Amino acid sequence: MSAPNGTRTIRTDYLARVEGEGAMYVRLEGREVADVKLRIYEPPRFFEALLRGRAFTEAPDITARICGICPVAYQVSSVRAMEDACGVTIDEGPIRDLRRLIYCGEWIESHALHVYMLHAPDFLGYAGAVEMAADHREIVEQGLAMKKAGNSLMAAIGGREVHPINLRVGGFYRAPRKAELQALTDPLKRALEIALATVAWTATLSFPDVERDTELVALAEDGHYPIDLGRFVSDRGLDFPPAEFDKHIVEEHVEHSNALHARLRERGSYLTGPLARYSISSGQLWPTAREAAREAGLGEVCRNPFKSIIVRSAELVQACEEALALIDAYEEPDAPAVEVVPRAGVGHGVSEAPRGLCYHRYEIDEQGTILDATIVPPTSQNQLPIEEDLRAVVEDGLDLDDDALKHRCEQAIRNHDPCISCATHFLELTIDRG
Amino acid sequence: MARPTLAVWKFSSCDGCQLSLLDCEDELLAVADHVDIAYFIEATSAVMEGPYDVSLVEGSIATPHDAERIQEVRRQSGALITIGACATSGGIQALRNFGDVDEFTKAVYATPDYISTLRTSTPISDHVKVDFELNGCPINKHQLLEVVGALLTNRRPRVRAHSVCVDCKRRGSVCVMVAHGTACLGPVTHAGCGALCPAYDRGCYGCYGPMETPNTASLSRQMAHLGAEEVDLVRVYRTFNAGSAAFREASEAHERA
Repeated sequence: MSAPNGTRTIRTDYLARVEGEGAMYVRLEGREVADVKLRIYEPPRFFEALLRGRAFTEAPDITARICGICPVAYQVSSVRAMEDACGVTIDEGPIRDLRRLIYCGEWIESHALHVYMLHAPDFLGYAGAVEMAADHREIVEQGLAMKKAGNSLMAAIGGREVHPINLRVGGFYRAPRKAELQALTDPLKRALEIALATVAWTATLSFPDVERDTELVALAEDGHYPIDLGRFVSDRGLDFPPAEFDKHIVEEHVEHSNALHARLRERGSYLTGPLARYSISSGQLWPTAREAAREAGLGEVCRNPFKSIIVRSAELVQACEEALALIDAYEEPDAPAVEVVPRAGVGHGVSEAPRGLCYHRYEIDEQGTILDATIVPPTSQNQLPIEEDLRAVVEDGLDLDDDALKHRCEQAIRNHDPCISCATHFLELTIDRG
Repeated sequence: MARPTLAVWKFSSCDGCQLSLLDCEDELLAVADHVDIAYFIEATSAVMEGPYDVSLVEGSIATPHDAERIQEVRRQSGALITIGACATSGGIQALRNFGDVDEFTKAVYATPDYISTLRTSTPISDHVKVDFELNGCPINKHQLLEVVGALLTNRRPRVRAHSVCVDCKRRGSVCVMVAHGTACLGPVTHAGCGALCPAYDRGCYGCYGPMETPNTASLSRQMAHLGAEEVDLVRVYRTFNAGSAAFREASEAHERA
């Protein structure tokens, strides 16, 4: 701590329990927050450039490698964009259902990882899940069991948990047999029980009483909680199809980050992810998840980023229950994929990665060669609201000592489950009070 | 006796290979009972001082800073194991090695001056001595457990270097190239995935990199016979292990053709 008028720096050079390499830097001058930066230094990997000249059919396998935690998000957004470019629509039917089912698997494994292994240690005061297991082994084992159920679903449909091999433009290479999916029923029923217990348990954690007024943007679709497709909708009246992304959202390049910052044109920053999905579509949750959320004290809208752990848990309930229903209703389709013939054009695809919107746009020629690619991952959209959150957390925590303030700042970042490899780069944390 | 220490390092990558360790849901806590997880930033903020008995290294070297950092990791490590295609062959980002990185930067970033990057993405073994390389994009988590277990008990890891074809036969899959005329990299690709793609009615796309003695020229002739053109053959070898010697030479041969 320093004199009231001095400069104070709080920094974390390598933020733990997030995916990828990032840092945080906060500089205080007296009691004024002079600077807040979420610095992403994950090395650039140039996906948009290296996709040029590749075949349109290669996009799902290549873009999956942007992120080992949410590859299905990249695969689904890319195949939908290519289908859109080629004039093919798969918005219902068995192929859409299978995509939604594997996507449920990704939500389950990714949310279970975040809730139990990355986020819960913040609330219970541990460095990580392994340390937490020394005192709370049962909780960690439950989380691992749920994570395993999600991964098993990914592997049953996709072949493996990380970078599944079965998704293609038009559908799948091979449709799973009914029996392969039915084998997952018992683990998923168990996962559903754990998810319900998790909502109740996370609701007992201690949360700062804060609300953020950032505009919330998520996909929305009548009759469904948003996962694999939908229109862009905000809590303040925006409603537009994926093809109008450029009209409403702009990406900017700033010096301290290897990820581009996205903002709404003439409106500013916006938040995507569980808080946005829940606040816009809580009415679309099935009764089990909706009731669990209500009992946990969540209203129809949640604007407290610290409570995202409860929202993720409610989404786990939804994903488990939907997965069970999709498996129950599953009939092997006549063909695992529809034919998609390339034509010159532009296509857009978007889906809800566990941590937020994942948007792809491709221009292809008549042979299907990719001429241009734009990929907007969730964390580049959430960088600005994360920095705004950091600023608010520091302003509320000026009287905390550096260690406590730093921990609160790190938690504020982890609240959003940033995926920094996705955003292309690493996170480093510094609080400067000089 | 002190428990052995394990460190997990990240370079340019997608995090999928280190995630494979956390994906060992049934084994993770047991591993942690026998090993001190001394440095694993994705999983824990607790950091123990080095040196470390075993280091797992994910990712390729793609920035000047990382080229220095890997030297320090080597100094701090007893055994250094690379995990995955990025660390072992440069990864998908090694496609830049065949292009102009300035053009790539301009294509992605509005202000290229803000970006610090090397012209190439290279495997860890181009920079420091590597004690064992585990292939795969991503690695197989069972192989990861085998390698860690072997190192900790001073035996050779049982990781076979034969082709995917061998595992396909073991699995009882029908050959997609013979039966359906589907182009498949199985004959030249390192085993380890469990011969997944042919079991899903698609050709292997080589994500485990070259096997021990790959005959790419022969395979290329067969794929050309099935209808692949030179541009297709360049692409086929130029994916997640484009920087490996065997696949790089094959893709360059087709580029010249």
